Amino acid sequence: MTELIRRRVADAAFEAIRLAELELPGDYLAALKNARSLESRDVAQREYENIFENLSDAKRLSVSICQDTGMHIFYVTVPEGFPMTRAISDGIRDGVIRATKEIPLRPNAVDPLTRKNSGDNVGVGAPAVHISIGDKFTVTAMPKGGGSENMSRMYMLLPSQTGDIKKIVTQTVLEAGGRPCPPLVLGIGIGGTFDSAPALAKEALLLPLDNMDEFEREICDSVNRLGIGPMGLGGDTTCIAVKVKKAHCHTASLPLAVNIQCWVNRHATVEVDTEGMFP
Amino acid sequence: MTEKNGGTGGACGAGDAAGIELKTPLGSEVLSLRAGQRVFLTGTIYTARDEAHLEMKKCGIPFNPKGAVVYHCGPVIDTEKNTIVAAGPTTSARMNSLCGFLIDEGVCAFIGKGGMSRDVLEKLRGRGVYLAYTGGCAALAASRMKLKGVSYPHLGMAEAVWEIECDRLPLTVAMDSAGGNIYEEVAGSASKSFSAMFP
Repeated sequence: MTELIRRRVADAAFEAIRLAELELPGDYLAALKNARSLESRDVAQREYENIFENLSDAKRLSVSICQDTGMHIFYVTVPEGFPMTRAISDGIRDGVIRATKEIPLRPNAVDPLTRKNSGDNVGVGAPAVHISIGDKFTVTAMPKGGGSENMSRMYMLLPSQTGDIKKIVTQTVLEAGGRPCPPLVLGIGIGGTFDSAPALAKEALLLPLDNMDEFEREICDSVNRLGIGPMGLGGDTTCIAVKVKKAHCHTASLPLAVNIQCWVNRHATVEVDTEGMFP
Repeated sequence: MTEKNGGTGGACGAGDAAGIELKTPLGSEVLSLRAGQRVFLTGTIYTARDEAHLEMKKCGIPFNPKGAVVYHCGPVIDTEKNTIVAAGPTTSARMNSLCGFLIDEGVCAFIGKGGMSRDVLEKLRGRGVYLAYTGGCAALAASRMKLKGVSYPHLGMAEAVWEIECDRLPLTVAMDSAGGNIYEEVAGSASKSFSAMFP
């Protein structure tokens, strides 16, 4: 049984990575097209031209959209009552190793101090696997590029600074400039503890983008007023969408995390084939 | 979703909409290019990242540098089929302090992402340009490139100097030989917009 789970999870992980690397999610693609239609600057329009031609070339040639094929993060949902077995995370690792060889992916995972590359995108704590209870047995792959991750920030604010959140997020993007490869999506985690705010920010990047609330829209507009534009060459569209996830926090704290996502906003979800797993 | 902000100043919106065709080796036509213009580059380019710069400084430039174009890129090469799988740009700023000797030897264009320092801009004055290629557009680049050769292969796939024939690579002049610099312009106006929003 655990062998079967491991194999099926590996298949799902492989397929989720493949989909994520080759094709952008539909809601994001629609938002990106909308941004292009709003952009008034010639230089920025040409960046969009390259971006959309690149997307169709990646699909046509079955190659990764970007050569930075990312660090691999997984979100797994398991139905209530399903065994919590190590076969799930083992299966994910198998899927990453296979994807690295077959798609192929650039081996990006290195020891943080010796900088030695593991060669297969797998290592200590890599890939990161987050398992939670859900309606179905699914695997979501989120390959995250290094440039945008490097410009992401975490702040422990004072409880009196709730009114400064928009300013601090905008400043984070100002300081990043063109380096995280805009146009961007911003995942924002507010509250929780020192460790959970960045986790919320990353999860926020998986939320649907077509329903920003007033707060998210306000931040998005504020960032766009900077005029950084696609690839930092100037333009009306620096930020495609902002998504916020909150958690209750200590009355003395206000953790704020900004996870920056480059224009190659990759993630894909695949359902695990459970035939023969349930009696 | 976005609010029109009226752009970031008019100077870098200039240029022929269709773009300027450039062929390597480049000559004095480079000097008339201005920041903001669209160019299509055809001909031979050479990839070089950090290690390649250090190696070339020590062991020599393995190509004729006069009018040559250097691409800040660590490509993914299919070594069995001798083809380019992905060839997007890397961050050029890492080469800020390494590229001076190339300009002195006659290299007159760099391709990359994110721009280079004011020192490099000064060094390029009257001599060459920096051309921006869209970050992440690895598949588009590969579809317009053919692999011709390699120098210093012992540096590894990402760091070797690959000789690549490209067919109308779509680029933007971001830093020109007259001191024009889109990045500096954008950073300046972004700071101003920030101060106006959050006084």
